[in-house]
Amino acid sequence: MSLEPGYLTYPKRRLGYDHDLYRWSALRDRQPVSWPAGKKVAVWICVSLEWFPILPGDTPFRAPGHMVTPYPDYRHYTSREYGTRIGLYRLLDAFAQAGATVSVATNSTIAERYPAVLADIVAAGHEIIAHSTDMNGTVASGLPIDEERALIATALGTLERVSGKRPAGWLSIARSQSWNTVDLLREAGVSFCCDWVNDELPWRFNNGLINLPLNHELSDREIIATQQHSAESYAEQIGDAFDWLAGEAATRGGRMLPIHVTPYIMGLPYRIDAFETLLTTLAGRAETWFAPGGEIVDAWSAQQ
Amino acid sequence: MQDGMADPGLYAFSPYRGRPKIVWPGGKTVAVWVAPNLEYYEIDPPANPQRKSWTRPHPDVVGYSHRDHSNRVSHWRMADAMSRHGFPGSVSLSVALCQHHPEVVEDAAKRGWEFFSHGIYNTRYSYGMDEAQERAVIEDSMATVLAATGQRIRGWLAPALTHTPRTLDLIAEYGLDYTCDLYHDDQVQAVNVKTGRLASIPYSLEVNDHFGFFVYHMSPRAYADTLIRQFERLAREGEASGTVMCIPLHAYLIGQPHRIGPFERALEHIAADGRAWISRAGDIVDAWRAQQ
Repeated sequence: MSLEPGYLTYPKRRLGYDHDLYRWSALRDRQPVSWPAGKKVAVWICVSLEWFPILPGDTPFRAPGHMVTPYPDYRHYTSREYGTRIGLYRLLDAFAQAGATVSVATNSTIAERYPAVLADIVAAGHEIIAHSTDMNGTVASGLPIDEERALIATALGTLERVSGKRPAGWLSIARSQSWNTVDLLREAGVSFCCDWVNDELPWRFNNGLINLPLNHELSDREIIATQQHSAESYAEQIGDAFDWLAGEAATRGGRMLPIHVTPYIMGLPYRIDAFETLLTTLAGRAETWFAPGGEIVDAWSAQQ
Repeated sequence: MQDGMADPGLYAFSPYRGRPKIVWPGGKTVAVWVAPNLEYYEIDPPANPQRKSWTRPHPDVVGYSHRDHSNRVSHWRMADAMSRHGFPGSVSLSVALCQHHPEVVEDAAKRGWEFFSHGIYNTRYSYGMDEAQERAVIEDSMATVLAATGQRIRGWLAPALTHTPRTLDLIAEYGLDYTCDLYHDDQVQAVNVKTGRLASIPYSLEVNDHFGFFVYHMSPRAYADTLIRQFERLAREGEASGTVMCIPLHAYLIGQPHRIGPFERALEHIAADGRAWISRAGDIVDAWRAQQ
């Protein structure tokens, strides 16, 4: 038995990446970044606000958090709705208490169905990032390019109509992109996406789109839902991350701590206290700059 | 190995009790080595019939970019923490990293780290290779690392832990003298090979950061405590005969901002203890070999 000869040839074995999407750059070699008012750590809170149809789609894949049981899956449909009705408002109160403005990555269907929720988010000064249409709006290679283009246009158009402002940012469901996504987002006028987790500061694709890395490892989905740690352990881990980044920032320039939270995960009664305590602690640190993603991107761009 | 036999015949059975005493330099009881995996994963690799590289259609953005974090951010974070406490690395290297990101390989070489091969890419698997193909990978590994670092590789950790029944015999034939692919012991052990001589140095799946975080779902502090408990036990048992503790790492995991602090405290603990011979894989194999 042997493998096809092509399995032992390496046509893209060359200096730099095996793709042309973006160029290599080591964080430690870049010019240090400074944040407004001399703050050391940009704390970027990003909430994923999602609507899961009770009829789940599997094309190109079923979104994380989607329906599980045979139809009708009341338990998951309503648990996700709990996040939007209850959990989100606990989070919004926590942000207000800590004085944090944040990003809310929002399915455009949320805007259509619940414009009052959008109004509450916008009134508090938070940023809307586009997050597809609904949780059937997943993207991966194989999705026809016209369908992907239409999905992006619908999401941006609807959020613009309801919120009064076209989102500058995009977060894909499960951070999943096709080979076309980076160009389609650019074509739609998006300034940054949040899908690539390879860095800790913004960077630019070769086509001009910016990536603002939303660390998936630091998300409540990863730490609480997948790894099954408590909210108290989550808060301790985020606190440890902050301490480390603040230490690096003391000598190497501004750092960023992304905090990716989900209303139906973090917004539960037995978890929210730990999250509020974390935010209060971060608010009390002199290094903290709470900022929505778009402001971080703008501050970074101005220094490139 | 004995291909097709129920017992692959990899080594002689040797129970832990009553072994000759191994003594590490300076009277240390446990040889501690750190094995950072410096890897390159391809974004669009060809399919191996027996194993998929990515679970999603290409590009698997999270899978690929998570690993890319090593080569942009976390390699230096991990390496600095190791250097601060006097731990050299023995690198499990996707040798194509020498072409893609020579800056990372140079950094490791400058720190005095040792390199062994972890295949060409961690997205090309050995399953299904014929002998000529497997020889090509070994020869490529030796030549690539020699050209990039001046080092002759001595060891092997199969790419993504994928083997053929020939692998151990072939690497020994090429003069490599240790393998990290066998998990049967806490001490260095001889491996049966057709020609040459091969030692198995304890690597570890159990305290590998990948297992700690993605199989056992440990918190960063729990993983650091695990390393300390592993060390404490092996240091105590090593009074009877020297043991080996390996800490296998991936920068994109251990170098995340919530993990590196607790990890550094574990390194600090081990370095301060006094019972650890903090060393490199090749030096450990040499010290063991000298006592056979």
